[in-house]
Amino acid sequence: MKKLNRRNFIKGSLAGGLAAAATCNAKDAKAAGGDFGGYPDSMGVLVDLTKCVGCRTCEAACNKEQGLPEPDKPFDDFSVFDERREGGLPRRTTEKAYTVVNRYEVEGRAHPLFRKVQCNHCNEPACLTSCFVNAYTKTPEGAVIYNPKVCVGCRTCMIACPFYVPAYSYSSAINPVVKKCIMCYDTRLKFGRPPACVEACPQGVMTFGKRKDMIALAHEKINAKPGKYVGHVYGETEVGGTSWMYLSDVPFAEIGFDTHLGKEPIISHVKDFLAIVPMVLCIWPALFTGFHLLATRKQTNKENSTKA
Amino acid sequence: MLGKIASHYFAGKSRLLHEKSLYERLAFSFILKRREKMGLKTGKLIGLAALIAMTAPLALPQKASCEVFELNSLANLFEGVSFDHDMHIEAVSDNCSVCHHHSAGTPPTDATCIPCHLKSAETDSAACNACHVNEPFSSASLEASASNPLLHHKVKPGLKAAYHQNCLGCHQETGGPVGCQDCHALTEKGEKYYNTGQFAPKPGKSSSHH
Repeated sequence: MKKLNRRNFIKGSLAGGLAAAATCNAKDAKAAGGDFGGYPDSMGVLVDLTKCVGCRTCEAACNKEQGLPEPDKPFDDFSVFDERREGGLPRRTTEKAYTVVNRYEVEGRAHPLFRKVQCNHCNEPACLTSCFVNAYTKTPEGAVIYNPKVCVGCRTCMIACPFYVPAYSYSSAINPVVKKCIMCYDTRLKFGRPPACVEACPQGVMTFGKRKDMIALAHEKINAKPGKYVGHVYGETEVGGTSWMYLSDVPFAEIGFDTHLGKEPIISHVKDFLAIVPMVLCIWPALFTGFHLLATRKQTNKENSTKA
Repeated sequence: MLGKIASHYFAGKSRLLHEKSLYERLAFSFILKRREKMGLKTGKLIGLAALIAMTAPLALPQKASCEVFELNSLANLFEGVSFDHDMHIEAVSDNCSVCHHHSAGTPPTDATCIPCHLKSAETDSAACNACHVNEPFSSASLEASASNPLLHHKVKPGLKAAYHQNCLGCHQETGGPVGCQDCHALTEKGEKYYNTGQFAPKPGKSSSHH
C-alpha cells in the first residue's frame, strides 16, 4: 500500500518537473524567436533592377559554378522570357536552375524590366524554422545553406518559404532532396568572394558587401536621384530582413514581389505553436499515464489485496 | 627570336595601327622576362631588337586620337571588341565627358558629378581601368574602401560594369548595337559557358519536371 503511494508520488513529481522544464523552454523560445535580426557582419547583395538588361549571364554563371545539369535551352535563348507555368506565372527556380531571370512589361516604362530570382537568404529563414531534421543553417557570412545528406525530402521548407525558392529534385527516384541557391557558400562566400552571378553580371546590377553597407548604399542611391527609384528597399525589413535586397523604379507589386509579407520573421508567427509541441510531447504521456493509474488504482489495490 | 618578335610586332601594327601600345608593352615585357633568364650576350641582342621596335612607333601619333582599341578584358569567353575611339569622339561632338565623366579635362555632363568636379583638371590617365577595377568585390577592394573614411566614391562599378553601363546605356538611347553578340562574338569556351552553338542542348531532351 505504502509502496504504491510512493511510486505514484514519484511519477507525479516527475510529470510536474517536465512540465516546468517545458514551460521554461517555451519562455526561452519566445525571447529568441524573431529577435535575432541577422548576424552583424553578414554579407549582402543589393540588386538594382533598373540596370538589368536580361542577358541571362547570371544563369549561365550559376549553372557552371554549381555544376548544374545542362539547361533545356541555351543561355542566349531569350524565348524563355515568354514561358509561363500554371497560373500564367513566369519561370521559377528549379533543381536545374538556382536562379532565373524574368521579364516584366511595365506600362509607361520605356524598356521591359528584368528581375532575377534566387534565394533571398533571410536573416531568420522560414525554411530553417520549418525543417524538422535541421538540414538548414544560416551562416555568419549570411548564406542560408543546407545539408542534403540529412534532408529527407519532406518539402516542408518549400511550403514555408515566403519567396517560393526551394526546388525539389523530382527527377530523382531514389534520393529526392531539396535544391536551392546557397549564395555560392562552399566555393566563394566562405573565402570572402562574391557569388558567381554577381561577378559574372556585365551590367553591375548587383553590388556585394556587408549587408549594413548595402542598406546604406541603397538609401544613398534613392536620395541621390529623387524620383528615379521607388522609396523602398525590398528586403531591408521584409520577413525580418533578407541578405539580398532590391531597388526598383516601378512599384514592387507590379513586378511579382509579394508586398504583403510584413516585417515579422516567419518564426514569430509560428513560435507559439512550435513551443507547444515539446510541451505536448513531454507532458501528455506522463499526465495521462498518471490519470490512468489514478483511475485504475482502486481496482489494482483490490487485486493486490486479494492476492495477498 | 628577334625575327619572331619583330614580325609579331609589325604584323600587329600593320593589321591594326592602334594596337601599337599593346604590342609595344607585350614585346617589351617579354624581352625583360627573357633577359632575366638568358645570358648577357643574348640579352643584349634582344635589347637591340627592343630598341628598334621602340623607335618605330615614335613616328606615330601618341594622343588617344586616330585609334581603334581592342577591348579584350573578357577575352576568355569572347573575342576582343574592336572599339573605334575616333568614331565615338565624333559621335559625342568632342565632349569627352560624355564617357570620361571628369577625367579628360572637359567639364562633366552628369549632374551628380558637377558639384565636385566642375573645374577638375585632366587626370594622369583617362583610361577606364584607371578608376574602375577588375574585381570590385574582392576582399581587398572591400577592405580598401571600408578603411578609407574620406573616400567619397565608396562603391564604383567594376571595369566590366563601367563599360557596359556606359556603352549600353548610350547605345539604347542612340540606336547603337545592343545585342550581346553584336559586340561580343563567342569563343569556343564562351559557347560552352552559355550552352549554345556547338554546345547547345539537343532538342527534345527536356528532363525537367515542374
